Amino acid sequence: MIERLQELHDEAMIKVAEAEDLNSLQQVRIAYLGKKGPITEVMKGMGKLSNEERPLVGAKANEVRQSLQRMIEEKEKAFEEAKVLKQLEEESIDVTLPGRPVTKGSRHPLTSVVETIEDVFIGMGFQVAEGPEVETDYYNFESLNLPKHHPARDMQDTFFVSSDLLMRTQTSPVQTRTMEKHQGKGPVKIICPGKVYRRDEDDATHSHQFMQIEGLLVDEGIRMSDLKGIFEAFVKSYFGEDREIRLRPSYFPFTEPSAELDISCAICGGSGCRTCKGTGWIEVLGSGMVHPNVLRMGGFDPEKYSGFAFGMGVERFAMLKYGIDDIRHFYTNDTRFLDQFKHE
Amino acid sequence: MLISYEWLKEYIDLSDVSPEELADKLTLHGVEVDAVTHLDAEISNLVVGEVISCEPHPDADKLKICEVNIGEEENVQIVCGAANVAQGQFVPVAKVGGRLPGGVKIKRAKLRGQVSEGMICSLQELGFEGKVVPKKYSEGIYAFPEEVIPGMDAVEVLGLRDTVLELDLTPNRSDCLSLLGVAYEAGAILDREVHVPEPKIVPAKEAAEDYVKVTVEAKDANPYYGATMIRDIHISESPLWLQTALMAAGVRPLNNVVDITNYVLLEYGQPLHAFDFDRFGSNEVVVRRAREEESMTTLDGEERTLSSSHLVITNGQAPTALAGVMGGATSEVEDDSVNILLEAAYFDPAVVRQAQRDLGIRSDSSIRFEKGVDPNRVVKAGERAASLIQQLAGGSVLSQPVEYDELNREEKELDITLDRINHSLGTSLSEEDTMNILERLKFDATVKNGTFSINVPTRRQDISIEPDIVEEVARLFGYDNIPVTLPNTPSTKGGLTAAQKQKRSVRRYLESCGLHEAVSYSLTTPQKEAAFEALSAPRVHVALPMSEERSSLRTTLLPHLLDALSHNRNRNLYNVSLYEIGSVFHTDADIVTEQPEEKTYLAGAFTGLWEEHAWQGEKKQVDFFVVKGILEGLLAELKADVAFEKAEQQGMHPGRTANVLVNGEVAGIIGQLHPVTAKEWSLPEVYVFELNLAGLLGKQEDVMRYQAIPRYPAIERDIALVVDKSVSAGTLERVIRENGGNLLADVRLFDLYEGEHVASDKKSVAFSLRYLDREKTLTDEDVAAVHEQVLEGLREETGAVLRA
Repeated sequence: MIERLQELHDEAMIKVAEAEDLNSLQQVRIAYLGKKGPITEVMKGMGKLSNEERPLVGAKANEVRQSLQRMIEEKEKAFEEAKVLKQLEEESIDVTLPGRPVTKGSRHPLTSVVETIEDVFIGMGFQVAEGPEVETDYYNFESLNLPKHHPARDMQDTFFVSSDLLMRTQTSPVQTRTMEKHQGKGPVKIICPGKVYRRDEDDATHSHQFMQIEGLLVDEGIRMSDLKGIFEAFVKSYFGEDREIRLRPSYFPFTEPSAELDISCAICGGSGCRTCKGTGWIEVLGSGMVHPNVLRMGGFDPEKYSGFAFGMGVERFAMLKYGIDDIRHFYTNDTRFLDQFKHE
Repeated sequence: MLISYEWLKEYIDLSDVSPEELADKLTLHGVEVDAVTHLDAEISNLVVGEVISCEPHPDADKLKICEVNIGEEENVQIVCGAANVAQGQFVPVAKVGGRLPGGVKIKRAKLRGQVSEGMICSLQELGFEGKVVPKKYSEGIYAFPEEVIPGMDAVEVLGLRDTVLELDLTPNRSDCLSLLGVAYEAGAILDREVHVPEPKIVPAKEAAEDYVKVTVEAKDANPYYGATMIRDIHISESPLWLQTALMAAGVRPLNNVVDITNYVLLEYGQPLHAFDFDRFGSNEVVVRRAREEESMTTLDGEERTLSSSHLVITNGQAPTALAGVMGGATSEVEDDSVNILLEAAYFDPAVVRQAQRDLGIRSDSSIRFEKGVDPNRVVKAGERAASLIQQLAGGSVLSQPVEYDELNREEKELDITLDRINHSLGTSLSEEDTMNILERLKFDATVKNGTFSINVPTRRQDISIEPDIVEEVARLFGYDNIPVTLPNTPSTKGGLTAAQKQKRSVRRYLESCGLHEAVSYSLTTPQKEAAFEALSAPRVHVALPMSEERSSLRTTLLPHLLDALSHNRNRNLYNVSLYEIGSVFHTDADIVTEQPEEKTYLAGAFTGLWEEHAWQGEKKQVDFFVVKGILEGLLAELKADVAFEKAEQQGMHPGRTANVLVNGEVAGIIGQLHPVTAKEWSLPEVYVFELNLAGLLGKQEDVMRYQAIPRYPAIERDIALVVDKSVSAGTLERVIRENGGNLLADVRLFDLYEGEHVASDKKSVAFSLRYLDREKTLTDEDVAAVHEQVLEGLREETGAVLRA
């Protein structure tokens, strides 16, 4: 019987090897290992065997069954794996095709500049103040030491609405408005971003509407050296640690002494290039110590209080920062322009 | 202001200071130099030539063949096309191999068969601007007004071995509108003396008073008038040095007398005027206010209509000059003038300024008078001019000018303490340091117990209060030398207001939705707004608009956003979504005298595809509900209680427009642009929204409280309702919510169907209702009771039946 079992084993192994798919393998299993299969038949005749022979045949029968079982399982596994591989192959995609775009809008570069500058000054304890765009002559000019017929009014060509109302030419009127609210008590620490208007023909470097950010600090004992300190902190924070600052005397009716702030040119590092017109410096803002008349008109006692003010052009900052060469781009709203700022 | 470096050297020693160094120093100390131009930078091989002969070209009508002595062994032949070239002239010649401005190289050439070795030059070819070239030479070559040795360096002779500094003066520094003023400034910076010229006049015995009388009627406007009588002069072309000095300063030479008045104007900053006395019309100068509608012809040939706010010089009858602004045509000095009256006067700045503004004239005189000239230089400038006229035009200067003189020439006195200076600047200057600076400025000052008493020279009209002195000290000490400190203020809380923060979150939200932020102009034209609001509605208008397009203030943000959509569409950018936050200006008044109401509006405009994934073939056109979804999200962000109700609005699609209600009040609109309006902008389907942010921003935000996550499961029930088409989804949802009680946690519309299996006047609307009890697990019976109530409510209020 042992030989018979061996014969069956060998015969079945050939059939397993010949099986080409899961189905034929299953048939081999049923044929040889099923309840009606030849091995079971052989085992049924074991009762007739002697006590010595029975364990030997039993062991052989188990060995044959297990061997067959193992072979079939291995072959099955191989078929499964091949099937999965085939499926994966079929599911393969071109991973270089473009992804589904997530639409993202953009922040206008002027807004970007304003918010960044606001944040720098907020960090230094300033608050953001706002004011109307249609202003009175008083706030826009007179309270800033620019009485009617003052020659310096020519520096700013004005859109008048009536004899007393105008489109503000600067964000400085917010100074007086804020000082009034403080009722003569310092400190006042504000920056005021906003739109301003001047009678200029629009071209690459002029715009009848543009944006300014005004700053004002009034308290007891404010010195011109403090203005330098604040500017140094601002410039390093906004333009970068490696930027140097320089103050130059200038003139504004609302400040005395007055100063222009220059920063070292980022393009050439100060050696002189086209951007800085060969000077190594770029003018970024106008500033000065608040004129006593302005303090007085804002309700502050110039004998007790002093302060400084500054004003900068937002477009100019944006043009410097992004290398924009035409101011009209800011107001055309061409999406090829705007879209470039969506990661700013 | 153009400053010739060589001319400036007549008043201050600059032997060890290059023009560039001087420019840097001036700029850093407060007088900005915009440009430094070396006049000879592009010129080489330019010599003086003498035209020995000048013959017509045999084969060209307009050319001449000149034999020119250029100081070399052999004369050269030059073919010249200028009409004014003539034998005997001394002319600038660019030799073969020479260079001229603009990269011109001079080569040996043949012109119509004739050899030409060099070029006789016009002043324009040497780099002078056409407007400064003497009229006589403006159409041809230049000829020196005097004999010059052939072969001499013509660059030298023409004064081109010079450098011009272009000053960009701030309005307060009118003292630097003169060479002497700049010399004082340079003197203060460099700590040097300034040499003021000493006029030398040999007066004639006759007295001017015998010839002319001066009467000033407008005393307030003309505190000083001096008339110097100069007889028997000879008008001619000015000598070369004078012509070149004027041209370097940007002034066109005319004749010796006029050139001298201009020279002294540039030198002293004091405008002067010379009248041809024989054409003056009388023996009396009367200075008075002009009469209303009085007219005169100024020497530029323009007829001017004057008013009583203008000041005129008259001959007792008619105006002969517009005081301080421009002379009159009738008494202009001309080639045949013999006797002249030289005016040196002080005119009130405001009066000159008024005339300048009213008449639109800005002359070299008026820009100086309007700032206030130095009262102590008026007479001296007159003397200086008289002496030069005597020197260059001959003639006798009659003794003593005839004067009217009520001029205040006193110096301003200012006291300031050293402490004040140091406290203002954050410096620690000593008395000595400060005194040294005041001395360099040539301010007359004394110091006692830390207080400086300063007499401010009258040439510095800009200095009147303490901070002006502080600035003078600071700028000469050097702004660079001021220390860097931080303000010693109590710490302040910086930050944004609630409204400012919310405005930022609105921007962040819309950016993340895919909208680009636009910024457009506040000035617009009512025509553009007519699509949305009656043309007749009151608006804020600009008094004197520069153009119709920018003539009034916008009352809505939409038109300019539509402009932007059009702009993009014209550039083949079809899918555009924009938003803008900005002020609009509303008024009720037809004539605006009070500040209008400025409201912060938010608007959006959309056109084209909203979503697109091209290679997968997916496309979604923007529609009402895309925009509504964005707006709902935004208003949720602002924690606003919002509702939409169908509305009609000018310019909008009547069936696709809604009012946006916030807390029951209309806060804006949303909808499709009326196709007719869209067509006006050449746009296809466009959706827009506009909101007044005023009521939405600025509320103090409540602290957000967390809500426990439900521990019990919710039960969902879907219902499909068949209702009349006229029943809105909003109504159905409201009825469901009203009847759902506490257990109804959420309602979601998930299907809308019209068509087959639904009657033609009906629609099917399907909702998913979610029931939840936070306290216990809901049973089917609990839900069934409420759900039945909901269905009952729907049936009663809307006639809805469950779809089979």
